[in-house]
Amino acid sequence: MDTAVTAKKKWWDGGYSPFNVSYGKLMMWYFLISDAFTFGALLISYGTIRFSSTSWPDPNEVFRSFPGMGHANLPLVFVSLMTFILIMSSVTMVLAVHAGHMRDKKAVAKWLTWTIIGGACFLACQAWEWTHLFHEGAWWGRNPFHNVDGTLASTNFTNFFFTITGFHGLHVTSGVVLNIVILANVLKGTYEERGHYEMVEKVGLYWHFVDLVWVFVFTCFYLL
Amino acid sequence: MEHTHTAEGHAHHDSSTKKIWKTFWILLAITMVEVGLAFLHLETGFPSRVVLNGVFVILTVLKAFYIVSEFMHLGSEIKNLIYTVLLPLLLFVWFIIAFLYEGNSWKNMNRDLKPGTPIEAVKAPAEGQHGHH
Repeated sequence: MDTAVTAKKKWWDGGYSPFNVSYGKLMMWYFLISDAFTFGALLISYGTIRFSSTSWPDPNEVFRSFPGMGHANLPLVFVSLMTFILIMSSVTMVLAVHAGHMRDKKAVAKWLTWTIIGGACFLACQAWEWTHLFHEGAWWGRNPFHNVDGTLASTNFTNFFFTITGFHGLHVTSGVVLNIVILANVLKGTYEERGHYEMVEKVGLYWHFVDLVWVFVFTCFYLL
Repeated sequence: MEHTHTAEGHAHHDSSTKKIWKTFWILLAITMVEVGLAFLHLETGFPSRVVLNGVFVILTVLKAFYIVSEFMHLGSEIKNLIYTVLLPLLLFVWFIIAFLYEGNSWKNMNRDLKPGTPIEAVKAPAEGQHGHH
């Protein structure tokens, strides 16, 4: 486990982790850095193409539908709901990690379950949004939306949208699967036996990262 | 710890749970401000697109800070870990500036160097060698 932090500790003298975290957690951080660069590359290439285009579709025109509301003009409302769901599931994940520190098996299972439900809700929202856009004629290689200045838009807009939100959705999906695996282990008592719930912290880091990426996707595709 | 000092453990439990919810409310409030500003712009055209985008970027970075610092707990780790995580991300500063500049440059080249545009480029030889650039 982590050692206590003292002011004059010589971190690089060996014998303990100079980062004061376990190997597994440090490697999760390094994986997340590499993943951040993958998402960064995708979002920056999107930005580059957008900067090189004279005009671009208006997100408020494209993303203005809400399930069951027909043709009502509701820009940003649905994606705000999705953002709220993901932030909420991040909160339940922190609460699961916190319950793990308390060695409270029941609470860990409860909060992990809520996190899984939140993740599933987010994916359901995304599935609805994709289906809706598909029925409007948008897909990879197809873009029915016009630019702000009225000119015909290239397929860059839809290609980047489906690729990047799809890649993020894939991350959410793997996060939900990981959370289910960890929940099964919690219920089996694996971590109770091990004496700590650090695995919950590790998947927690991953889950928060997915939320973090969504913050940037939300800004880049829906706000800017 | 929670076995020996039940009362203290409970107090610790309460304060960190409070902090988690506080972070949640901050994130929610920032998101609501973003959406509110977007609607304000849609209705009134204020604030201008450039100002709005600047505000959005700042608020996004602020949200990222809260998620990483509080939810991912990086703010409470030792400096060595904070540096090993954050220093590589400085590459993004170059990455973003260089590529967006490149994209913008492409747009300008496409506009200025398209055959027949701008008109000055076509006119210039006809007007003779001397004169304006």
